[in-house]
Amino acid sequence: MDALLDEWAGRIREAAGHGGKLAIRGGGSKSFYGGAESGEPFAVGDYRGIVAHEPTELVVTARAGTRLVDLAAALAEKGQWLPFEPPVFGPQATVGGMLACGLSGPRRQAMGAVRDFVLGVRLLDGRGEVLTFGGQVMKNVAGYDVPRLLAGSLGTLGVIIEVSLKVLPRPVAECSLRFAIDEVAALQRLNQWGGRPLPISASAWHDGVLTLRLSGAAAAVAAAQRTLAGELLDEPVADAFWQSLREQQHTFFAGDAPLWRLGLPTVAPPLGLGPTLIEWGGAQRWLRGGEADAVRAAAAKAGGHATLFRADARLKAAVGVFQPLPDALARIHRNLKLAFDPQRIFNPGRMYPDL
Amino acid sequence: MENTLAEHRRNVDRAQLIRRLRAVLPASALLAEEEEMRPYDCDGLTAIRQLPLLVALPENEEQVQAILRICHELRAPVVPRGAATGLSGGATPHPDGVLVSLAKLKKIIAVDPLSRTAIVQPGVRNLAVSEAAAPYGLYYAPDPSSQIACTIGGNVAENAGGVHCLKYGLTVHNVLRVRGLTIAGDIVEFGSAALDAPGYDLLALLNGSEGLLAMITEVTVRLTPKPELAQVVIASFDDVRKAGDAVASIIAAGIIPAGLEMMDRKATHAVEPYVNAGYDLQAEAILLCESDGTPEEVAEEIGRMQAVIERSGAAGIRVSQNEAERLRFWAGRKAAFPAVGRLTPDYLCMDGTIPRRRLAEMLEAINALSERFGLRCANVFHAGDGNLHPLIMYDANQPGELDRAAAFGAEILELSVRFGGTITGEHGVGVEKIMLMAEQFGLPEIDAFHRLKTAFDEHGLLNPGKGVPTLARCREYRQARAGTATASARP
Ligand SMILES: Cc1cc2nc3c(=O)[nH]c(=O)nc-3n(C[C@H](O)[C@H](O)[C@H](O)COP(=O)(O)OP(=O)(O)OC[C@H]3O[C@@H](n4cnc5c(N)ncnc54)[C@H](O)[C@@H]3O)c2cc1C
Repeated sequence: MDALLDEWAGRIREAAGHGGKLAIRGGGSKSFYGGAESGEPFAVGDYRGIVAHEPTELVVTARAGTRLVDLAAALAEKGQWLPFEPPVFGPQATVGGMLACGLSGPRRQAMGAVRDFVLGVRLLDGRGEVLTFGGQVMKNVAGYDVPRLLAGSLGTLGVIIEVSLKVLPRPVAECSLRFAIDEVAALQRLNQWGGRPLPISASAWHDGVLTLRLSGAAAAVAAAQRTLAGELLDEPVADAFWQSLREQQHTFFAGDAPLWRLGLPTVAPPLGLGPTLIEWGGAQRWLRGGEADAVRAAAAKAGGHATLFRADARLKAAVGVFQPLPDALARIHRNLKLAFDPQRIFNPGRMYPDL
Repeated sequence: MENTLAEHRRNVDRAQLIRRLRAVLPASALLAEEEEMRPYDCDGLTAIRQLPLLVALPENEEQVQAILRICHELRAPVVPRGAATGLSGGATPHPDGVLVSLAKLKKIIAVDPLSRTAIVQPGVRNLAVSEAAAPYGLYYAPDPSSQIACTIGGNVAENAGGVHCLKYGLTVHNVLRVRGLTIAGDIVEFGSAALDAPGYDLLALLNGSEGLLAMITEVTVRLTPKPELAQVVIASFDDVRKAGDAVASIIAAGIIPAGLEMMDRKATHAVEPYVNAGYDLQAEAILLCESDGTPEEVAEEIGRMQAVIERSGAAGIRVSQNEAERLRFWAGRKAAFPAVGRLTPDYLCMDGTIPRRRLAEMLEAINALSERFGLRCANVFHAGDGNLHPLIMYDANQPGELDRAAAFGAEILELSVRFGGTITGEHGVGVEKIMLMAEQFGLPEIDAFHRLKTAFDEHGLLNPGKGVPTLARCREYRQARAGTATASARP
């Protein structure tokens, strides 16, 4: 395995010396996400395997090419999981890609995101140097928190080669409830419920129907179910529904219209920009269609931002994938990129054109 | 203990700096006389004291910006300071720099129960946020034991934890947005009012950055609904090994307690006469294990916790019967540092984190070191996340004792690294542990940290000499270590 890393380091140094560019690829399940891939393909999916899993430490360490499905299976054997529910978008998805894309599933509203669970990383930087940051313990403030910085960095700062993650026991009990309710009322309720000690672990509103998932101790789930009323979903139906959101197999995600992801304050009113699916208690809103400037302006006005999550390459190139950054912030981004990747060889343009 | 700030001296024209700052600050916001500055010469790490060149007490963000622009232009170091409860010397003044206290920026700008957020200035005290949120049934979850005094700005800068962070997360998990200024005076928003923001996760980077990347002027925190009920199990053990095993067994049983703390006999004996918490003074170690949630949930979980703790061989178990009793049990833990402070002229608080399964082993190693160095040590642990606070007692007036205490502490932290952990879980590196960074990181990582810092602060003016040692110092440290290793290997 170390021979593989040596070989990669050699390729990186060579690219750095010759103005080469490398397109890092784990399983390729999320190559649709972000700006177009460019550069010589740099496949890292073969560097795989779980290095350590200590169930009583609530920590797992895996090489970046480890398949997410394999990791999930190993954790499930011990009654544990990754509570942020990273979408796989295909069985070939890897742990490194998960961290680089920084995407989380329906439970994010209650459990946190990838960045909240990453404890340590090893990466190859733009000089071909292996760097180790963070570790395998829950609390660690020695040095800057590079592991969390890498969450969502889209491979622009280096090649992630190993990741340590906090894991949690699976909840004992769950149930899902459904309510017929319009968008304004749904947002109102979600925010009000959020202020009460209810075990709501996920929520979704679409087309006049609000679905809630409750998770936790059996007694807490049962008590909340009585308080909230609502129509109880059969377990298989509920599981399929949440899975269809996590993996974007729900009919809302079908078809070719551009898919926007808006990150908003939970209390932002409906934006009225087009067909909408709301998750995370109002903090994540999916939108089909919509004109880029209008979507971004509306998101910014509401205190959030918009990502062109899925669209054809032409549109992505024309309007950019991520909300443009203010000058001072953009400057820090460019400086950070150069700090890790001075020759700008990794995933050029995958996040912003100048990174 | 060595003050490495001496290596970061800068040539600053004090008279010019005073003239420029006087022009932008009210007279009361700039201190230049030695007796006025004396109270600012250290933070919670009292072993290192240093007078700054000047002390500035800005009242708003514009004044902060004006100070930074002037210091940047004149290349004068700037050290941010909150309530100075930090234990690693993060707010130790720089001899050629301006100490900027954010204490006057203490407005709670907004508390919004619907979005469950509060917007506060950096000088707001941690507890004040929870107090402002209480009427809505909400609170700010991270609860460092210093929460009466420490500020949100300092909490973000250190990524502070508390006794409930096992379940509710550290500061980084409870902050949505930080507004700050770079040393050049640029205003930057990190994070957003949403759950995420475009670009790199600089919000995560700012948490725990020890005032080296940006001056924090505003923070949006998440508020959490108060659980309906909380109860704590207090268990006594006649053997630290059994207590350590109980911690691992609780987690192995799939339980994530709201808090899971451990204190050894020296710590309980320090605390009991001070706060009358009702601790078992016969015990070698006690565990505090909390459950919160709905009454049904708590009843169920407390039952499971009791069963696991009994199986681990506890000598005694009690469950808090009402809120007053629960708070009394916690009061002892929260007062542990000042209680130990009463027993000794001075103490050093260590902050290593290790894998939980090695807790007992570590305690035994610390006891052996305590004998070897001839210094007493009381132990309070955030056991649930393996974060240790050995409190090493010493007397600074006895020649050589401080150095002995520092050497004792360094050995504990080296052991933490060897056990697969870290030199600091929540108190930060500051000046105190700066050389130990070379124990935990290699030169390439140290170099990467410096480059990262430069991305925010080209001239290295914001809190210089803290957090990350120079490469030259790392090399020296490693050579010295290699030297002692070969020396002791010789017959
Ligand atoms: C009795 C006692 C108990 C403690 N218990 C805990 C505990 O349980 N958990 C825990 O995590 N810590 C604990 N601490 C340590 C300390 O309280 C925390 O580190 C706290 O977060 C420091 O806050 P402060 O306002 O006092 O910051 P300071 O000590 O003033 O500063 C700390 C660091 O933050 C920087 N800083 C401060 N304000 C700003 C700002 N506005 N912008 C940029 N940088 C800034 C400073 O430069 C410095 O590097 C304890 C300390 C004591 C004395």
